[in-house]
Amino acid sequence: MTRSVWISLIIFLIVAVAAPLIGSSHIELRRALAGTSPDHEIFFYARLPRVLLALLAGAALSLTGVIFQCLLRDPLAEPYTLGISSGGSVGAVIAICFGLPAIGLLSLAGAGTALLIVLGIAFEGRRISSFTLLLAGVTMNSISLAIVLFLHSLASFSQSFAISRWLMGGLDAVAYSTLAWLAVAVIPVCMVVIAYSRQWNLLAVGEEWASSRGLSTTTYTVLGYIAGSFLTGIVTSLTGPIGFVGLIVPHALRLKLGADHRALMPCSFLLGAAFLAVCDALSRTVIAPTEIPVGVVTALVGGPFFIWLLRSKRRSLWL
Amino acid sequence: MSFQAKALGLSYGLHEATFDLPASGFVTIAGPNGAGKSTLLGVLAGLRHPYRGACTYRGVEIRKWRRGEFARQIAFLPQSMRMEFPFTAEQVVLMGRAPYSDGWFESQRDHDAVERAMETTDTTAFAARDFRSLSGGEKQRLILASSLAQEPETLLLDEPTTFLDLKHQLAMYRLLSTLAKRLLVVAVTHDLNLALRFSDRVLVMENGRIAANGAPQEALAPAVIERVFGVHSEVRDGWLVYDL
Repeated sequence: MTRSVWISLIIFLIVAVAAPLIGSSHIELRRALAGTSPDHEIFFYARLPRVLLALLAGAALSLTGVIFQCLLRDPLAEPYTLGISSGGSVGAVIAICFGLPAIGLLSLAGAGTALLIVLGIAFEGRRISSFTLLLAGVTMNSISLAIVLFLHSLASFSQSFAISRWLMGGLDAVAYSTLAWLAVAVIPVCMVVIAYSRQWNLLAVGEEWASSRGLSTTTYTVLGYIAGSFLTGIVTSLTGPIGFVGLIVPHALRLKLGADHRALMPCSFLLGAAFLAVCDALSRTVIAPTEIPVGVVTALVGGPFFIWLLRSKRRSLWL
Repeated sequence: MSFQAKALGLSYGLHEATFDLPASGFVTIAGPNGAGKSTLLGVLAGLRHPYRGACTYRGVEIRKWRRGEFARQIAFLPQSMRMEFPFTAEQVVLMGRAPYSDGWFESQRDHDAVERAMETTDTTAFAARDFRSLSGGEKQRLILASSLAQEPETLLLDEPTTFLDLKHQLAMYRLLSTLAKRLLVVAVTHDLNLALRFSDRVLVMENGRIAANGAPQEALAPAVIERVFGVHSEVRDGWLVYDL
């Protein structure tokens, strides 16, 4: 268990240091740190913020994938299953269509609204029904998509372009102050979630199982959903919906490490960060100077890798 | 005295159940399908809230017990489990230590309890295997190991021998019988003969009510079986023989 976490940490650090150095223009770390133009500007203003955003977003999305897969007891669940980010998309699209300035804030508001609606539907007395939650999420996804398509159909040409770009998901450079807020929001929540790994183990088996071993299932279920939705909403408000990270990273790691969340969660956090940073580096360089939207890269990289993993472990999988 | 129920009921499936259970011994709950056996067991395990009437364990109302404390006293074995994730058999048994461990890692005491539990249930051989790869009977023995690792005072088992072959059914009942010298073992069962031979007390249920409660020979007397199960039987040499 500890060994896998150390290995993940090493991979994370290698990627974190190397990623800002990769790009369409060649730069050197020494020159960048010494303040030499253009290395300094490219490193500190164009690349590093993107890499930091990728690391934080990848970590948050992967960890949310683990939580939702656990709480819904469904290895195919992912951050977008509950409709939180599609609610965020509605918020963002409304902002774009009505020319409102704070797209991120409205996206966050949309995500929060979606969470409240979905939780409200799924609460039965004092218990949450996972099944109802899943269905409510699927419904929220459909309705939000319909609203987005509707607004998109009425939008002007430039608005339509902005909407399409937002929906593709992207890691554009953000201000360091925004990154600081993101880190302050994401890192403590992730640490709290990871700290409860043994509790998630119990919940992953079943509610009665967890309850008869002394766990307050409703408390942890609600905590998990709110933490996961918060992370998804915050990340999506900055990056738009980036798919696959929250599904592939936890699932692939579970195939390699097993189901114990004490290994799975820290490693998903670290390797999810690394994965998105790598995908971002690829998106910037493969057909430079054009950028591929990072959501496309995560799907194209993650998908085949995952298929390979499934095939190589096929005989020992009890799916 | 362990459980004391007075006019215990749920909104469905259980009505006006009044009974006392001893602090140790082997109690079986029998009855036709839909009689409410699993429902009753669920209430005793603290898994069905809210219930009507009163049901106390060691003098404290079940709904008032603190969950962690309750889990140290009572272990519940479901009839079957659906496992979505690749936990190993040993990890499943280790989860039985949850009421005792607060920290990140398990203690030596936890590992010792798990080792003992797996030896008792003859499951040590597949400790490293994926739980989902085990047969139905192996899973049942393993879930029993997880419950034994909880070091409970009471074991509540819902049809613990459904998937077991004959040898393992008898082994399970012998094991439960031995455990019943120290613990209270309450098992829902369909096997009336094993209930007759092994248990100290039998509760027979019918339509959500307790139809009989007493020593096996009385509770499972042919007259009761005729009334509750609609099957004609007689006792020969201590075994229930049914009219085919």
